[in-house]
Parts: sequence; structure tokens; C-alpha cells
Amino acid sequence: MSSEATRAATVDAFARRHRFRAIEAAPWLLALAVYVVFPRYLPLGAQILATILFVLSADLVLGYAGIVTLGHAAFFGTGAYTAGLLAANGWGEPLSGLIAAALTAALVGFLSGLIILRATGLALLMQTLVVATTLYEAANKLGRWTGGDDGLSGMVVWPIFGMFRFDLFGRTAYTYCLVVLFLGWLLARQIAHSPFGRSLTGARENTSRMHAIGAPVARRRLIIYTISAALAGVAGALIAQTTSFVGLTSLSLERSGNALIMLIIGGVGRLYGAFIGVPLFMVAQDRFSKIDPVYWYFWLGLLMISVVVFARGGVLGLFERLWGLRRR
Amino acid sequence: MSGTLGALVSIGFHGLAFAMVLYLISVGLSVTMGLMGFVNLAHGAFAMLGGYVMTVSMTRYGVPFLAALGLAAATAALVSIPLERLLYRRFYGGEELDQVLLTMGLIFMSVAGATYLWGPQTQHMQPPDWLAGQVDLGFRSFPAYRSFLIVCGGALVVALWLGLEHTRFGAQIRAAVDNLRMAQSVGINTSRLFVLTFALGSGLAGLGGGLGADLMAINPTYALQYLVYFIIVVAVGGLGSIRGPFFAALFIGIADTAFKYYLPELGAFFIYALTMMLLLWRPQGLFGRA
Repeated sequence: MSSEATRAATVDAFARRHRFRAIEAAPWLLALAVYVVFPRYLPLGAQILATILFVLSADLVLGYAGIVTLGHAAFFGTGAYTAGLLAANGWGEPLSGLIAAALTAALVGFLSGLIILRATGLALLMQTLVVATTLYEAANKLGRWTGGDDGLSGMVVWPIFGMFRFDLFGRTAYTYCLVVLFLGWLLARQIAHSPFGRSLTGARENTSRMHAIGAPVARRRLIIYTISAALAGVAGALIAQTTSFVGLTSLSLERSGNALIMLIIGGVGRLYGAFIGVPLFMVAQDRFSKIDPVYWYFWLGLLMISVVVFARGGVLGLFERLWGLRRR
Repeated sequence: MSGTLGALVSIGFHGLAFAMVLYLISVGLSVTMGLMGFVNLAHGAFAMLGGYVMTVSMTRYGVPFLAALGLAAATAALVSIPLERLLYRRFYGGEELDQVLLTMGLIFMSVAGATYLWGPQTQHMQPPDWLAGQVDLGFRSFPAYRSFLIVCGGALVVALWLGLEHTRFGAQIRAAVDNLRMAQSVGINTSRLFVLTFALGSGLAGLGGGLGADLMAINPTYALQYLVYFIIVVAVGGLGSIRGPFFAALFIGIADTAFKYYLPELGAFFIYALTMMLLLWRPQGLFGRA
């Protein structure tokens, strides 16, 4: 084979990985089907879609860049409070609210990333937690603006484009979240398959080797951290705008932890883990935590331990293993 | 004595008592992180267990104070051994994500378990008669229980440090923290060392949880509620250090008490902000190695 042909084959191999496959349409078709078949569950559906975006953003830093974070709620909450404060103080235009949320969350991500990304491993993990807790405590103590423990209410969100009012049945909210999630997913997919995304994975697998081939590892980690923070901020803003409420829980450790749980249930670093883990988790939570929150915690804890011990890779990992068995 | 000085003495005193509890609980966490490379977020659950054993055995079964304290430490240590053998050890030096999920899962189960066993309400501890009231130190009197806390905590710290320096077990721990593979090569049974260290850390946490039951309220969400405090003590002190967390606990205990005294409306916010600044200056903590 000539070198020209080898080159073409290599390029083709990379391009194939990036090309859209038929199965990737499945979550979107399913989401559209839900809109038609389960009209009563659209408010929950909108929450699920926004949370998928949040968990997807966590997958970018965790699954691709290998930054284990216990403080991703910091960005989610920043976005939620940004959109919430705008809407509660006379600017209820949703799209500009989203953009403002993305920008502030990105700023928080950039600044905190400057400080904490110098550390690695356990130290980094602890520092992400400290950042989120600092913001939580700040929001708690700035009750005059944020409403503190009671949460921020009195938001007035205007219709989208001045035309689509947020209705009681959640139709607008659902569609709105679906469109934003789709755009966020396109961005995340683009990043994951780009040379930039590959170099992040390289840095995760072997940092010294990436340094050795001259990749600016620290800068790239900061960039992905900032982008991921912006996406998480958008997710927070979506939930704030569609529920007209922002509570302190949007910044809590519980939210950061739940994002990790949902991601691990679905599968980390696979771009689609969020699409599987979030609906499973949130539907189960919706059913069981109403019956008895204490037992919900017990089973959730047991599930997490079992996933870590027995089913690393989550649902997608199981599928991959079954697929591998079948092909053998 | 003037008002300001009185307030400062009071802050120092209560801060010191808080610091002792924080240190007793967090030192095990620091060692687990440094020695086994394991981030045990569920460490607080052992402190909670100690707190429950202590308060429940005293109020329901009339166990005397000191015996209850011993029981608290022993229970936490004993419960930690099978957990270490069955779960923790598989993940030593492994991926942090697995460790985080495993220990978060344990926290959730501890919340549910504590609610099931002892109910959702806070458990109160009644200090024994000989520790009720005040002790007069000549220039000023102090609450007796807190004074006991400081003396007891101080004695344990000295014992721990001396033990680490002067016993064979302590030397083995230091060797393993410094260089695990070398320690294994010279014939130290690190698997046994790990389980003993883990049990010791958990026992100290149980003791701290029991001793500090009036400072850090014993309720089912304990492990989650105070997690950030333990983490901060370790982050500021430096991973794997035994002395670092002591100074970090001292700093956090006193600063937290001072801020809550002078600026109660800002609560714990300053502690977190201060920790951020400190980590900006020294990312690996005060005594951590880069």
C-alpha cells in the first residue's frame, strides 16, 4: 500500500469514529416519543433533560479529562442563581438568561480552576469540594439576595422569543430543555472527538507522556474545566427557569454526588452515560423517595457499592461486555 | 479581666476543645489517604457510630461515662475491620472515582442505618456529675467538660505522636507512608499494617465522635454534615501527615470559633474562604509534600 493510501485509511478511520451513527438518534427519538405518549410527565421530563446536560458536563471533566470532582454543583448553582436573580429582578428573558448563566459559571470555573487544577488526585478532589462548599455557604449567608435557606422565589420568566409561554403542563419547558440539551450534546460530542478532546484523554491516561510530546496539559485542563462549568451553568439555569425556583440544594454536595452516581450508573467517559443514568436514577427517585426517603438512601447506597464492586462501566459497560461476548 | 481579653481567652478555650475533636476524628482520614491512597469520605460515619454508641449506651443502658467512651472507640474500630477487609482494600491506590462512589454509598447507608436503629432525632449526651459545672483555675473558671476534652485530647495527641516515633508499629507506618514498595521489600507486612492503621484511625474517630457529642450533634446525617470540616483539616494539614492535621485542626477550630463569635451572621463562610486562600498559597497543604 502506498503511503498516500495508508494516510487516507488512517484519516478515514478517525473520521469514521466521528461520523454520526444511526443509534445516536435513539435518545432523541425516545425524547420526542415521551412528549407524545406521556404528556402528564413533561415537568419531570424537563427536569430529567436539564439534569442530563448537567451530568454530560460532568462527564467532560471526569470521563475525558479524568478530573474527579465533588464540586460540580458549584457551576450548576452559579448558573441557576444567575438566571434566577435576573428573572427575579425584572429581566425574565430566558435566552439571554441562559447566556448570562453560562458566562458567570464559566468565570467561576475558570477562576477556581486556576487555583485548584494545580493539585492532582486526592488533593484536587478535596479542593473541588471546598470550592462548592464556599459558594454554598456564601449563597446561604447572602440571604438578602438569594433568599438563603428558603430559596429564591418571585422569578418571572418571559415567554421564549416573546411567543412561547411556559405552560402548566410543561410543554414549552420540555421542548426548551430538549433543544438546549441537543445543542449542548452537539458541542460535547464535537469536543470529545476533536484532537483537543483526544489530548485530554491522553493526559488522563499518562500525563508525563503528554508533557513529553509537548502538549500544554495544564492549559487544556483549564479550558475543558471552564467549558464544562459553562454547560453545567446552562443546566442550572434551565432548571431555574422552568421551575421558577432556585434553592440552596442547587449548590449542595448532594447534587454533586448525585451527578457522579448518575454518571457511573450510565457509564463514564462514553458521552451517553448521562442519557441512561439520569432517567434511571430520577425516575427511581421519583417513585421510591416519596414512599420512604430513608430506605431510598439505603438502597441507593447499596446500589452504588454494587456498581463499583461488580459493574464498573455502568449500564453501557455491561452492554459493551455483552456485545463483546456475542461477537466472540 | 477586661472584656476583650476575656473574650479572647474564651475563644481560645472553646476553639481548642473543638480542635481536639476535629483532630481526633481527622487524623485517621489523613493517614488513610497518605498511606493507602484511599479517599475515605465515609470516615465521618465511624465518628458518628462512636457518638451513637456513647450517647445511647449512657442514656439507655446507664453505662458509666469512661466505659462508654472506651466502648465507642472499640465499636468503631471493630466495625471498620471487616469493612476494610471486604471492601476498602480492593480499591487501595485505585481510581479515585471508585473510592468516592464506594464511600459515598457507605455514607448513604450509614444515614439510613442510623435512622433505622436510633431514629431521626439528635442524640444528647449528659456529661457525668464529676464533669458537670465549672472548674476554677484561679484567674477564671471554665466549663469542666470542655476542660476534660482538652486534657484528654492533648494526652491522646502526645501518646499518638510518641507512639509513632518510638514504637515498632509507628516506625512501620512512617516507613510505609514514605515509600510503600521499599517497606514491602524489607519485609513489612503491609496488609496487616493497613488493617491495623485503619482500625486505629476509625477507633480514634469513634472516640472523637463520642467525646465531641456535645460539640458536633449526633444525628443520622452526621457523616455528610461534617464531611467538609474533616476534609478541610486534611487538605490544610497535608495528606498523609500526622502532625499537619493537628495544626490545621487548631487553626480551623480557633478561627471557626472566633468568626462565629464576632461575625455570627457569616457563619462558616470565612473558614471556607480562608481555606481557599491557604490552598492558593500552598496547594499541598501546610505539611504536605509536593
